[in-house]
Amino acid sequence: MPQVSFTGNLRRHRETPVTAVEGATVREALDAVFAEDPLLRGYVLDEQGRLRRHVNVFVNNAMIADRLGLADPVGRDDEIYVLQALSGG
Amino acid sequence: MTEGLYVASRKGLVPIRRRNRGWEAGAAAFLGEPVSAILRDPRDGTLYAALRLGHFGCKLHRSGNDGASWEELPAPAYPAAPEPDAEAPALDMIWTLAAGGPDRLGEIWAGTLPGGLFVSPDRGETWSLVDSLWSRPERGEWFGGGFDHPGIHSICIDPRDPERMTLGISCGGVWKSDDRGASWRLAGQGLRNAYMPPERAYDANVQDPHLVATCAASPDVVWCQHHNGIFRSTDAAETFGEIEAPMPSVFGFAVAPHPSDPATAWFAPAVKDECRVPVDGRMVVTRTRDGGASFEVLGRGLPERGSYDLVYRHALVVDASGERLAMGSTTGNLWVSESGGEEWQQIDAHLPPIAQVAFV
Repeated sequence: MPQVSFTGNLRRHRETPVTAVEGATVREALDAVFAEDPLLRGYVLDEQGRLRRHVNVFVNNAMIADRLGLADPVGRDDEIYVLQALSGG
Repeated sequence: MTEGLYVASRKGLVPIRRRNRGWEAGAAAFLGEPVSAILRDPRDGTLYAALRLGHFGCKLHRSGNDGASWEELPAPAYPAAPEPDAEAPALDMIWTLAAGGPDRLGEIWAGTLPGGLFVSPDRGETWSLVDSLWSRPERGEWFGGGFDHPGIHSICIDPRDPERMTLGISCGGVWKSDDRGASWRLAGQGLRNAYMPPERAYDANVQDPHLVATCAASPDVVWCQHHNGIFRSTDAAETFGEIEAPMPSVFGFAVAPHPSDPATAWFAPAVKDECRVPVDGRMVVTRTRDGGASFEVLGRGLPERGSYDLVYRHALVVDASGERLAMGSTTGNLWVSESGGEEWQQIDAHLPPIAQVAFV
C-alpha cells in the first residue's frame, strides 16, 4: 500500500502519523487519510478539492502534475509526501 | 465596564485583562498564526476565533471556557463544483463573525472573502452559504478593495427585530434583508465614491463602505466610514448623508458608534487612501457628538509625531458604557481610553499588526 506522510509543520494543527492506505491515485490515497480526520483535508486541499497553493505533494521524488484533480497514479510501494512551500516573516 | 478584551493579530490572539495594576496582556492563543476575526457571543459567552493560515487555509475555532482551551470546527466552505474547476470559489478569509438574534441561540453569521455570507444554526458545527445573496446578479459587479476579491466585513443584526440585517461589502455596497437573509436588496443610497467614472459615483452596488456600524440603542442610526468619507444614515441604511469635511481628513477604516447616543461616534483618520498614515504623523481619534456637524480631535496619550499607525476597520471599539474605548494599529500599538476618547493609555507597543480588538 502507498504510504502517506505530512510536513511536520502540520503537527501544530492536526495529528499526522505516517499512514499506509489503499489508493491508485494521489486523490484516492489522500481521501483514505482524510476519512480518518475530516478536518485534516482542509489543511491540504481547499473546498473544491484543489491542492492549496502553498502546499506541494510529491510521489517519491517527483512533484505531482495534477494539482487540480490529484489524478497522478501511485503504486503499491510509492511514498506520498505532503509538504509546504516556505514563506512569511 | 468591560474588564477584558481580545486582540486578533497577525501572530495570535492576545487576551488583555484589567488588573489592579492596569491592563495586562496574557499569553497568546494560536501563537504565530494570523487571526482574522474574533467573536464573543453575548448570548452564551462562547468565543469564536477565525484564522487565516498562510499555507493551510482558513480555520475556525471555538472556546466554551473563556479561551482556556479551543476546539477546531469545520470552516465555512463554498459549495464544491461538480467537476475539478480552477475558477470555483474557495474561502479566502473570514472577515467578520456575528451572533444571531436572541431568539435563535447558536446562530452565527460569517462574512467572508470572496464575498459570501455564511450562517451556522448550531454554534459553528455546520455552515451554509447564503445563496440568496451569493446568487444575486449584482455580485458580478463587486470587486476587491485591498484584497483580490470582494468581501463582507460588516454584519449588523437589528436588536429590535433580528429578521432585519444590514451588510457592508467592499466593494459591493450596503445590502439589507428583512427576512433573516432569505432575500436581499441593495440599500445605501447617497454613498459616493471617487474611484469610479463620474456617472457611477453614486452607484450603490460599487461602493466601498470600509465599515458599517449601528448605534445599539437606536439601530436606525447607521454610521459608515467609507473609502471616500464619512456617511450617516437615520433610516436604517436605506439612505446616507455625507458628512461635510470631517477633520483632519475624510479617510479611515474604523468607526465606533456610541452604544446609546446616536449623535456620537469615534473615528481613526489617516491621510488618504494612497497614504495610509496619520496626518502629519500625529495619531489622533476624532469624535463627533452632534451627528457629524462637528468633530473634536482627541490625541492626549497618543503619539504626537512620527506615527505610522493605521487602525483597521474592526480595531476601534467602544464598550457598552460608552466611556471605555480600545484601539489597535497595524504598527502593533494598543491603546485604551477610559474617558470617551479624551485621554488614551498605551497598553502595549510591541504587538503584531492588529486586525481586530473586541471587548469581552
